[in-house]
Amino acid sequence: MIADDDEKWLAAATSAVKQNAFYMQRAIDSNNLKDALKFSAQMLGELRTSKLSPHKYYELYIRASDELRSLEMFFRDETARGCSIAELYELVQHAGNILPRLYLLCTIGSVYIKSKDVAAKDILKDLVEMCRAVQHPLRGLFLRSYLAQVTRDKLPSIGSELEGDTETHMDALEFVLQNFTEMNKLWVRMQHQGPTREKEKREKERNELRDLVGKNLHILGQLEGVDLVVYRDTVLPRILEQVVNCKDELAQCYLMDCIIQVFPDDFHLQTLDVLLGACPQLQPSVDIKTVLSGLMERLSNYAASSVEALPNFLQVDAFSKLNHAIGKVVEAQVDLPASASVTLYLFLLKFTLHVHSDRLDYVDQGFGIKPSEHGSCVSQLSATGKLCDDKASKQIVAFLSAPLEKFNDVVTILKLTNYPRVMEYLDHDTNKAMAIIIIQSILKNNTRIATADEVDALFELIKGLIKDFDGLTDNDEIDEEDFQEEQNSVARLVHFLYNDDPEEMSKIIFRIRKHILTGGPKRLPLTIPPLVLSALKLIRRMRGGDENPFGDDTSTPQKILQLLTETVEVLSDASASELALRLYLQCAQAANDCELETVAYEFFTKAYLLYEEEISDSKAQVTALRLIIGTLQRMRVFNVENRDILTHKATGYSVKLLKKPDQCRAVYECAHLYWAEEGENLKDGERAQKIADAVQKMANASRGASSTGSVSLYVELLNKYLYFLEKGNPQVTGETIQSLAELIRSETKKAESGAGTFITSTLRYMEFQRQQEDGGMSEKYQKIKMEWFE
Amino acid sequence: MVLVLALGDLHVPHRAADLPPKFKSMLVPGKIQHIICTGNLCIKEIHDYLKTICPDLHIVRGEFDEDARYPDTKTLTIGQFKLGLCHGHQVIPWGDLDSLAMLQRQLDVDILVTGHTHQFTAYKHEGGVVINPGSATGAYSSINQDVNPSFVLMDIDGLRVVVYVYELIDGEVKVDKIDFKKASTSTSAP
Repeated sequence: MIADDDEKWLAAATSAVKQNAFYMQRAIDSNNLKDALKFSAQMLGELRTSKLSPHKYYELYIRASDELRSLEMFFRDETARGCSIAELYELVQHAGNILPRLYLLCTIGSVYIKSKDVAAKDILKDLVEMCRAVQHPLRGLFLRSYLAQVTRDKLPSIGSELEGDTETHMDALEFVLQNFTEMNKLWVRMQHQGPTREKEKREKERNELRDLVGKNLHILGQLEGVDLVVYRDTVLPRILEQVVNCKDELAQCYLMDCIIQVFPDDFHLQTLDVLLGACPQLQPSVDIKTVLSGLMERLSNYAASSVEALPNFLQVDAFSKLNHAIGKVVEAQVDLPASASVTLYLFLLKFTLHVHSDRLDYVDQGFGIKPSEHGSCVSQLSATGKLCDDKASKQIVAFLSAPLEKFNDVVTILKLTNYPRVMEYLDHDTNKAMAIIIIQSILKNNTRIATADEVDALFELIKGLIKDFDGLTDNDEIDEEDFQEEQNSVARLVHFLYNDDPEEMSKIIFRIRKHILTGGPKRLPLTIPPLVLSALKLIRRMRGGDENPFGDDTSTPQKILQLLTETVEVLSDASASELALRLYLQCAQAANDCELETVAYEFFTKAYLLYEEEISDSKAQVTALRLIIGTLQRMRVFNVENRDILTHKATGYSVKLLKKPDQCRAVYECAHLYWAEEGENLKDGERAQKIADAVQKMANASRGASSTGSVSLYVELLNKYLYFLEKGNPQVTGETIQSLAELIRSETKKAESGAGTFITSTLRYMEFQRQQEDGGMSEKYQKIKMEWFE
Repeated sequence: MVLVLALGDLHVPHRAADLPPKFKSMLVPGKIQHIICTGNLCIKEIHDYLKTICPDLHIVRGEFDEDARYPDTKTLTIGQFKLGLCHGHQVIPWGDLDSLAMLQRQLDVDILVTGHTHQFTAYKHEGGVVINPGSATGAYSSINQDVNPSFVLMDIDGLRVVVYVYELIDGEVKVDKIDFKKASTSTSAP
């Protein structure tokens, strides 16, 4: 209903304006001053209405002020024709109602200024003060807006042709400042008009009008003669005075932002205290963080775009001022939620990273200094305790991530002493998420963490991942997959903790171990392996380098291997026996390479113990035993006695495997323990053959159970015989092979063996070897007398 | 032309954080028809990553693999070739070519792809070809003292296979290639 009426009234008023304008134009065309004035006054009378909403009033105003342009031109022409301006100025004041009178005055006034008959300042002063007669907020605002608009090109502004001396500049300045002040007062007064229930509607309407007020600041920004000194001494204080005194939230918010956007950045830099000083004086409901963040953002961009300006930042000590200002704001506004204060510090941090990226001490300060000084993030947080507020948590994560993204180097972050303290305030899940972000930064940027102390600092930051929080085992809530991924991230991280110097690297290994061992049984199987492997790499490097006679105890292979024994032991307690066994075997090989016989033997003993006591699943046993045999086969460091003991045990295990075929295979693999390519003393042909015979017997014994399986075994065994034949084991004779081949043949005649292709390929191989041109191989094969069969 | 990627022994995260970036940028999805993997990934994330490069992924179990369900050996036919896949810790002595040849005879395949030693080899013997793609991450090995990251790309075309080996040496990717031909479509014969 109201909207319709609004439209109706606007339509009526517009049509009246149009009509009067038409007559006015006709009068102008016939040089009829009197009529021109009459009709223009009538036209302007429509602007006296109270019925229109600000939006509609604006439309009407535009129309009317448009028409006034021709009137202004007419006035100019009249004076050119000899009419006295002063007279005209008098004449218009005869208009009946005050609003039209003032519009006409402004119009003629602007012509008057241009004529230079009278000092501009007098007219301007006159006009700006006479407009006071209209105290109705909406009408007054538009009137003054018209005043500003119509005088604009008569003021000495940048790029205009008007010259002026300092006095002229100051006069113009004074005029604009006054107009601004009055407009703001009117604008604020709108807030208090009408019933309380329409408050929201009024605010909306006021918002629509705000640019009318803001325009004045733009004009100020364009004025000639407003240099830094004038700005600092006159313009800014006057504006701020009005802003603070009006005590209106909407106005303060808008105008502060306007100031920051309109005036040059180096002005702001130089008047930082004044500007910041106003902030605590603003209404508590004003969103200070938007204001301050807008300011900091502008200054950041300024710093980024002009390198020459950077020293100024230091000179005016921008950082401390901003830091201090934020502190005061937070102190003054006790109800400010944690997320808001963190946001402020976030913007300050971004500012610091942009402007003072080489000043880590500033960055660190931003994170938190002594709680007694109110300029720190940490001190704010310590007041609130651990954060439960999602929004604040997000801001803190942004806060912590900002320097990570800027520097792309976690090592720099480690230097910020306050960084870990801020992390403490995150709740568990967010803390872990932040730790992952840190690790990912390292992985992505290939950051090397090269000293033991840095390792300590890093683990301090990621401790949420490394161990359970005090008193809490959040094992039940955590998703299994997520947990694995987390720990795998930590595992990957280990490879970036590295130093070429073996001594420092040793220290690093010891430190990593210290931290990882606090992880508890769920984490250890995931975090210990990379530590062990990293240590083995170190040992290999140590072997390659020269002996360091001055090195301390920790940097010898022995010491490291000792450490590893103790470390892998922890795993076997954590019921990760298969993994522990594999790691023991890896260590044994490393010990072998270092020629440390006792140490290697020790590792084997431990592996064997695990095998006997912990590994009970049959499949696991088969694999574990294979690994044992494979490793043992490569060991060169053992004396005969030790090797015998270990081999004998391995053979013993082989015979005890659950399934016959597995037994057979394991046993014939043991044959290799008696035969190694290098080292003549390792070729015990007799024992090797004995084993092979044993296998055959075993295979025979299982024949009853499943013949298909056993044929395959026989063929495998045959291949093994061929292997040893080729290697030159004198115990392997043509007869041995022949009899086994016969056995195979008779078995395959009985039933489908499923090993057909294996047999075929073996026979083909044998034939191939027989045909070899090089005598040696063929000779050996000639010994075998067989008939070929399908 | 069928492209087969052969790689393995990545040992992520125990011995390496990830594949070298230069390798990752070469392994673009959609270019490779099959992946055969010798095992020791060790974690699901790597499995998933390989699947994004090519959904036809064949993998066998290494002794450190997290997933115990991978088989010990696998055979498959690609074009005219029969391929066999086995990690290699099961064949003793480790890395011994004669013992591997025995496995090849047992599986009856033209090409046996195996790992465990972290050492690239491509070896032709009576029964066919044995290829070891090495370790794609250059992971530490107790068997091999000096490991460079490497992987193999096989281009199978009719009776011919060209084996490209990519090795990362001192920060640069070096490529080498070896040609193999099989005589006929029947079971492998030189």
